[in-house]
Parts: sequence; C-alpha cells; structure tokens
Amino acid sequence: MDSFFARFKNPLILVAVLLAQTIGLAVQVRRPVVSGSETVSSADPHSISLVRYWVVSIVTPFERFFLGIGHNVRFGWSNYIDLRNTRQQNAALQHQLADMRIQQAAIAQDAIQGHRLQALLAFQQHYVARTVAAQVIGTSGTEFSRVIYIDKGREDGLKPDQAVITPDGIVGKLRDVFPHTAQVLLIDDQTSGAGVILSSTHIRAILRGTSTGRIVINNLTADSRIKPGEIVLTSGGDQVYPRGLAVGTIESVAPDPDHQPYTTIRVHPAANLSQLEEVLIITATQTELPPQAKQDLAVGAATAEAQALAAAAHAAELKAAEEAKSATQIVADRLPSLHDANNPDAPTDPKATVVTADPVGKVPRPLPTLHPDRYSPGSTPSAADLTPGSASPATTPSSTPPPPEQSEPAPSARKPRTTTPPQTDQNQ
Amino acid sequence: MAIRSYTSRRELEEHSFHPAVSLLVPVAAIILQALVSRPFPRFAIFDLPLIVTIFFAVSRRSPIAGALTGSIIGLLQDALTNQPIGINGIAKTVIGYAAASIGVQIDVENLSTRVLMNFGFSILNSILLFLINRRLIGQPDFHLLWIHELLRAVANTLIAIPVFLLLDNAKRTE
Repeated sequence: MDSFFARFKNPLILVAVLLAQTIGLAVQVRRPVVSGSETVSSADPHSISLVRYWVVSIVTPFERFFLGIGHNVRFGWSNYIDLRNTRQQNAALQHQLADMRIQQAAIAQDAIQGHRLQALLAFQQHYVARTVAAQVIGTSGTEFSRVIYIDKGREDGLKPDQAVITPDGIVGKLRDVFPHTAQVLLIDDQTSGAGVILSSTHIRAILRGTSTGRIVINNLTADSRIKPGEIVLTSGGDQVYPRGLAVGTIESVAPDPDHQPYTTIRVHPAANLSQLEEVLIITATQTELPPQAKQDLAVGAATAEAQALAAAAHAAELKAAEEAKSATQIVADRLPSLHDANNPDAPTDPKATVVTADPVGKVPRPLPTLHPDRYSPGSTPSAADLTPGSASPATTPSSTPPPPEQSEPAPSARKPRTTTPPQTDQNQ
Repeated sequence: MAIRSYTSRRELEEHSFHPAVSLLVPVAAIILQALVSRPFPRFAIFDLPLIVTIFFAVSRRSPIAGALTGSIIGLLQDALTNQPIGINGIAKTVIGYAAASIGVQIDVENLSTRVLMNFGFSILNSILLFLINRRLIGQPDFHLLWIHELLRAVANTLIAIPVFLLLDNAKRTE
C-alpha cells in the first residue's frame, strides 16, 4: 500500500487538489430551491466572502498606495505646471455655461409640465436622492471577470446591489462590499443584467453582458422600429437602477442564430467602462425631487421666463418700428413730389428720407424743378421789375419758356399769359 | 571520498527560491495585473500569474510543488474576480503540474523551449477555462474568441521571456 502511494504520489496529490477545488466550486454554484422555483444563488457563502475579503485586504493597500502616488504626480502636473491655454478654456467654458443655461431653461419647462402630468396620473418616480463619489482603485486583472474595485465601502454607507453610475450613464452595481472597499460588477460582465427601455419606441427589454465584454439585448423579437442609433435608458424595473438613466446607444440589430426568432441588439455603453476613474454610487432614492434639483428647476424656469419677457419686448419693439414705418409711408404718399411717379422704385435722396422720417416736425422742401416753366417758383419776375401798363413783363433768360421739343408744356401752360403772379402753393 | 552522481536532469538543475521570493513574486504578479489593467485596459490580455506559475513549476521541477503553487496563485486570482473561487485555481493547478513534469524531461533554460512552453501553456489555460466554465459551472453562453486567445498566447509568450530572465536571478541552485 505504501509503495502504491509512493509510486503515484504526484498524481494522487494532483487529483486531491483538483477534487478539493471542484467541491469548492460545487458549493459556490449550487442552486438552492426557493419557494418552489429554482434560482441561482448570487451571493457568496460566508466562507467564500471571507476568502475574498482577505485577498482584497492584501491587495487594495498596494493599489491605494500606487494610486495615491499617481494622483499626486498628476495633481502637481495639471495644477502647477501644465496650465497652458487655461484662459482660453475658461472662456470657452463660460460660453458653454451660458449655452447650458439656455438649454436648462428649455428643459425646465418640459420637466415642470412632466411633473404636473405625473402628479395627475399619481405616477411614482424614483429620483436619485443621495450619491457617494468613489475612486476606482483596481480591477480583477482578467478579461473573464469585468469588475472594478472602489475606495469606498460599508463604512461609507454602501450596500450590495446599489447602482453605480457616472454622469454619462450607468456603470454597474455593487457586488461585494467590504469595510473600506467595494467590488463593482460592470454591466458588460457576463453575469450582469439591467432592465432597460428604448427611448423612442418605449419597448422594454433586458440588457445583458457577454463573455466577450459586450452588452446586448437578446430577449426581443425582430421589430422594424428598432434601429441603430436609438438611445437605451434604464426602465427602473430591476429595482437597482432608477428609471431614465442613460445606458447606451443601439449599435447594431441582427438575428440571433442560436435563439430564433430573437434578435441580438448590440448596445454601445454611454459610460466609458474601460477608462473609469471616478464613479457615483446611488445610496438613496426618493419619490420627490431632491432640493438641489428643485432649485435647478426653479432657476431654469426663471431663466425661461426672463427669456420669454425679453422675446416679448423685442417683438413689441419690432411692431412699433413697423408702425412707425407705416406712418412714414402714409406721409410719403401724401407728398407725391418726394417720389417719382414714373419710377417709384428709384432711390430717393437720403436727405429727403431723413426729412420724411419725421412728418410732424418739419415740412419737406420740394425738389428742384427739372423742367422750369413760367409757373415754376422763382420764374416770375418780382413786382419791382414790372412796368405799370405794360402788356408783358421784361423777358429774362430765366423766364424764357423751353422750346417745345425739349419739354411738353403742361395743360395749364396753354392758357393765355396773364400778369397775375401764380398762386403760391401753401406747402411751399 | 564519496562521489555523488546525477542520474537525471531533475537532480542536475533543480532550483529553489528564497521564501520571500516564493511569496512576494506571485503576490506582486497578481497586484501588478490588477493595478496596471485599470489605466491600461489592454494589459488584461496578459496573464502574469500564469507566467509566474510556469516559471516556478519548471524551475523547481517538482510536480507537487508546481501543482500547489499553481493552485494558490489561481485561487488568489479568483478571489479578486466575481467568479466562483476555483476556476483559475483548477486551471493553474493542472498547468503547474504539467509544467513541472515537462521541466523534468526537457531543457527549460533554452530560449526556444521557453517560447514554445509559454505559448502552449497559455493556450492550454484558455482551453481549461473554457471547459471549466462550460462543463463544470454549466454556463452554456460562455464563449471564447479563439483568435483573441491565440493573440493572448502570443502576448504572454512575448512578455514571459524577459520575466523569466528577470526571475532567473532569484534562483538558488541546490
């Protein structure tokens, strides 16, 4: 017997080690029967959690140490050395802020209307009430397990299954929470899932990660309304992610060859899952809007109101200008000498335009006569030049009527000449 | 004076390591793998714990030591993932045992041998992980992109050569 063990010592030990690990695996992946239905146990047994805790406790101090060094170097570089173009960036950000305020005002109107409708329908929305910011300190180090480690844990109020997000979109959920560290299961891990809704078609679906690190929806049948580019949001149905958070954009829609008639909809994640540095953990939700959001909404609404007032004032100014222009037009019509009846589109003298702009204050002067005749102002000699009893006044070059071929005489010009001076127009 | 003769390559080239090296090198490999993959996600294609497992196994030339080293490194690696603890443990136990067994038979100091050995064990690691996930864990949706696994094997081979040269300095000949 001893010789048997001595001879097969190596294989026997190998088999023993493998057997022990296989039993350990079987214990971890057992499927307990809960309420008559078979469910997969997602939580680790206590002993396994303890093993993970020990290993994480060994590894994370080193990760924190190196991360701290990296942060200090980066902080020193970016805040004290690399400050080129900061002013330009600041100016650009100011512009962007102004644009965002305008956008906020537009969105606030819709949000207020949406809240009113929700109140009418007694719809209960869950808003993000409190978040905890955390830094990513490490990963699992393998492509088969897409998890990250953050520098906050149970003592910071974190609990398993809390949603982890970035401003861009959802990241994943907390899996194991240790006193000062927590493990985040990313949405592209093959064991991950989330309830989602397609933004334009409002089709509900389940999002899953794959072993190759993609996120897909594979529980929908072919639908011509689902197209690449559509935005995917959380539906809130999984009780982990609040409704309405960005998940990603549909990348492609293709039939699933293994599960007909279902389709495989590939989704491009909104958050950059491979370059995460800081994340937010949603630690509480509420049915009311949080105070900060209410304040933002009020600011947005006030901005929208101010914008509406400014727009109304501008419209009133335009209307007044239009009315003033109309009055000018009326006066201009009453003064035909200002316009050439034969050529109404001809440009008028700018000085005359200035004069006609104020019809009440100043009477416009007539334009110089193009073809003077005996009735033209200034063509009649003064009384001092006239001789009493004379049949006709002394002829002056200025009073000489134009030759017929140069000018067509007016009908009044055909009347017999009299010594009576022409009646001066009251307007002159 | 008694004359000692060496009857096998194992007796000729069996190496041992300082306990600190035996402890710190695997831990450093695991920490480095977890740490560097954060800023450089592409680094996850490498498997430093696998390279360290192969190195210790072929250097000690003891299948039992190789299996135990692989088992411990694999279990530590599993503890940092969300997978059940034992997947990498089983795979690296087999690889540690096989590497040590091969190390007894062939000259593992040769560069071309090291290249072939690392490439082969990297492929074997992928196959074992695939089988464990598909058969033992029962995940029918677990897939591997085999082209990617080939690239992983090439990448591991490329990084293993300088790592082996570096760790050669820590050897103590008995």
